[in-house]
Amino acid sequence: MSFINLREKIVQVKIVYYGPGRGGKTTNLEYINRRFNKQIHSEMVSLKTHGDRTLFFDFLPFDMGKIKGYELKIQLYTVPGQVKYNATRKLVLKGVDGIVFVADAQEAMREKNIRSLNQLHENLKTYKESIFRIPLVLQYNKVDLRNQGIPILPPAVLEKDLNSRLKVPSFEASALTGYNVPDTLKKIISSTVVSIQKKLL
Amino acid sequence: MNYGVVSQEQLERIDEILSKNLIDIGTDCVIIIDMAGNIITAKDNGTSKYDVYSFAALAAGNFATVDAMAKLVGEQEFSLLFHKGTDCNIHFSKIDDELLLITMFGKNISLGFLRLNVVKTIDEIRELWGKK
Repeated sequence: MSFINLREKIVQVKIVYYGPGRGGKTTNLEYINRRFNKQIHSEMVSLKTHGDRTLFFDFLPFDMGKIKGYELKIQLYTVPGQVKYNATRKLVLKGVDGIVFVADAQEAMREKNIRSLNQLHENLKTYKESIFRIPLVLQYNKVDLRNQGIPILPPAVLEKDLNSRLKVPSFEASALTGYNVPDTLKKIISSTVVSIQKKLL
Repeated sequence: MNYGVVSQEQLERIDEILSKNLIDIGTDCVIIIDMAGNIITAKDNGTSKYDVYSFAALAAGNFATVDAMAKLVGEQEFSLLFHKGTDCNIHFSKIDDELLLITMFGKNISLGFLRLNVVKTIDEIRELWGKK
């Protein structure tokens, strides 16, 4: 849950990028770190294995300026995507306010996306949260691979697989080139802030 | 306990407790965080500057990992953690299930003395929450 400091007028919001392994969660954060470096006052923290895979999480604090006199501090996290690291994924989800589900749009990854989303649903339940209630945005990443002749799932299929019941905002994106990365971020921040306001008022 | 929103008065009281019991005895920096990695409050001695937001995220992760390890060996929890460095040491102690007190200190304070003060601080903070 978000933490609100009434004295210093700071709201801390936790947003987690979740999704299957090698899907581009860390790449999303790296792009945001490069593109918005004026709003980021500290180094991105990455806990990686030697093979450059996320071991625990990446962390990027991000200043959004003020809303109604309150300074908004967005804390972006990623989870490790590899199947074996579910215990760590659960730990990172603790206290989450909003989630970006980064799906890998390659045809070969279709099943892994669905499994990962189902596991997110289960993991949230352990914190008495619901995937249907928490602010969530879907990102269909790696659409740039289409130009290289790699089979990419059409948006309609991805929507049917992942979003037919959730009905949340979704974006085709390319974390590598940055296409729709800022839009995904803006959408999840706005949904999360609206949800926090609703909870408080 | 509703820790999601802490009143200004409560924060000021907590800051007083931290200053009196920990900063004044010579620690460098004291932070209270929740287990999600949010900072509740941070105080320093005026000369040490740390990136407290990244620190809080890592500390929450660290503590959660240790908690999971405790369960694996059949312990309910490991309620405190201590990291020893050459010039800087870090002491972590649980206030309750949701909050963690982190103290950074140098060579000039003994661990035993610090622990006594941490226990006192935690008692006082718990009492403050209890009054709510």
